[in-house]
Amino acid sequence: MSNQEPGFATLAVHAGAQPDPATGARITPIYQTASYVFDDVDHAASLFGLQAFGNIYTRITNPTQAVLEERIAALEGGTAALATASGHAAQLLIMHAMMMPGDEFVASKKLYGGSINQFGHSFKSFGWNVLWAEGLEPADFDAAVTDKTKAIFIESLANPGGLVMDINGIAEVARKHKIPLIVDNTMASPYLCRPIEHGADIVVHSLTKFLGGHGNSMGGVIVDGGTFDWSRDGKYPILSEPRPEYNGIVLHETFGNFAFAIACRVLGLRDLGPAISPFNAFQILTGIETLPLRMQRHSDNALEVAKYLDAHEKVEWVSYAGLDNDPYHSLQQQYMPKGAGAVFTFGLKGGYEAGVAVVSNVEIFSHLANIGDTRSLIIHPASTTHKQLDAEQQAAAGAGPDVVRLSIGIEDVADIIGDLEQALAQIS
Amino acid sequence: MNHDSYSDHYIRSILDDVKSIAIVGASPKNVRPSYFVTKYLIAKGYSVFPVNPGHAGKEICGAMTYASLAEIPEPVDMVDIFRGSSAVPGIVGEALDLDPLPKVVWMQLGVRDDAVAGVLETAGIRVVMNRCPKIEYGRLSGEIGWTGVNRRMISSKKPKLTKGFQHFGLDKN
Repeated sequence: MSNQEPGFATLAVHAGAQPDPATGARITPIYQTASYVFDDVDHAASLFGLQAFGNIYTRITNPTQAVLEERIAALEGGTAALATASGHAAQLLIMHAMMMPGDEFVASKKLYGGSINQFGHSFKSFGWNVLWAEGLEPADFDAAVTDKTKAIFIESLANPGGLVMDINGIAEVARKHKIPLIVDNTMASPYLCRPIEHGADIVVHSLTKFLGGHGNSMGGVIVDGGTFDWSRDGKYPILSEPRPEYNGIVLHETFGNFAFAIACRVLGLRDLGPAISPFNAFQILTGIETLPLRMQRHSDNALEVAKYLDAHEKVEWVSYAGLDNDPYHSLQQQYMPKGAGAVFTFGLKGGYEAGVAVVSNVEIFSHLANIGDTRSLIIHPASTTHKQLDAEQQAAAGAGPDVVRLSIGIEDVADIIGDLEQALAQIS
Repeated sequence: MNHDSYSDHYIRSILDDVKSIAIVGASPKNVRPSYFVTKYLIAKGYSVFPVNPGHAGKEICGAMTYASLAEIPEPVDMVDIFRGSSAVPGIVGEALDLDPLPKVVWMQLGVRDDAVAGVLETAGIRVVMNRCPKIEYGRLSGEIGWTGVNRRMISSKKPKLTKGFQHFGLDKN
């Protein structure tokens, strides 16, 4: 290979994968095994002691999973990655590696409803307290940070309205407070936006969405940007202090700029257990090979659909950063100029009832709670994904009663628009 | 040469060429990074000579430890410096007194001294700084990918399987 850096589409097909040395299989095999044979007791001891590279048990590492991890690390420009059973599992492992009971993290209010639940309720049981930034500006995040704050969490392209966050500005706040910025890049995918290039320290994904891309496999991933100094001031003892379960290894000192991914694997994944299945890793890996093609098509189709809805008499508003008149259009041009993604919301003049009617009337769109499928998807958040939030939280999350969320697929855009046209024609 | 980045070819040629390595600052404590590297390089077939005056006359991973480079009883191809940058000039001074000279002086992650590198290169010695030979061996062989680490390389060639289970190698093995 020449020393020229491979382009994104080349990495999407090749990064992490070589022909299988034992069989010549060109496609990464599904290593459907729970465990792996040791050479001898010394080899086993080296593996358990983290002194040698290799596999012990699929709850910690798996060769199919490893190819997926390296590929995503390459696409995001990180030093290493760790795949997990779901995006939620990835978020759990991230916080487990940096938070102690009583610690806090600051999060954007514009997040996937499931993240709002996880942070606001489930994490409380561990004593990890979320502080919601008042607004979306860097100053709002700055104002929320206290001396107990261990991280800032945002989505690059935020649920459910498809708005774009000022990653550079918020990264600067994180740097000022010497805490890492965690960016959920699920909605943009690394094809549209690479948050580490804009100052993020850790990137997290639900692989179930655009990376896998076909709505067939659950998965999540943590990408270590390799940018954060975990040992600077003793705030992250899990990384900077000796670990008793590994005879006193200091993870940051030992693993350097990929220590965070290692910590999530050898502590969080090993002890909490949310491993991805090798079959799901394989499916997602196959999906990633076409990510650049799909993501461009998703974004191009979504822009056409957004323009159509923006001009529709029964539509009150459209929130899609790809539209010239959208308040987030300039941030979109800065952070994801190739496109604004597939997911956006619009508001119906007919309110809650009209929203319920549209999701019932569609024939190509599928009414379900997911995004990032090849198929076009539709949901009425107020009656589904965001139903557990109160009215104020729904409004804050951009999921009020009139809101319909679309995830535009890669079908012919004329058919997607035609389906919305007939569904809207049926409401008063 | 430029020491901000190294080509894969440069690093690979060094790891393929050298057969014997002195590790200055090797620790007998089995949780220290220098111990990990010593153990790994021995497992990959290199003749390793730990150098640590506090542990001289005793073994690390089965390899006899020496108090100084001068006391190693045979020529070494590479000197790997596992000490802070401030210790580099003294160690390099000892390395330049060896006869024959080592072919390579390697400094671990975080260790760099560009002035010293220039002196070594003038003497015909190849230099690597701010890198770890274990990480580089794992990266170029493919082993480190098992841990989800981004090797920053792509290849349609098969990795080289070596002895036993789960061991990849470079060309020398």
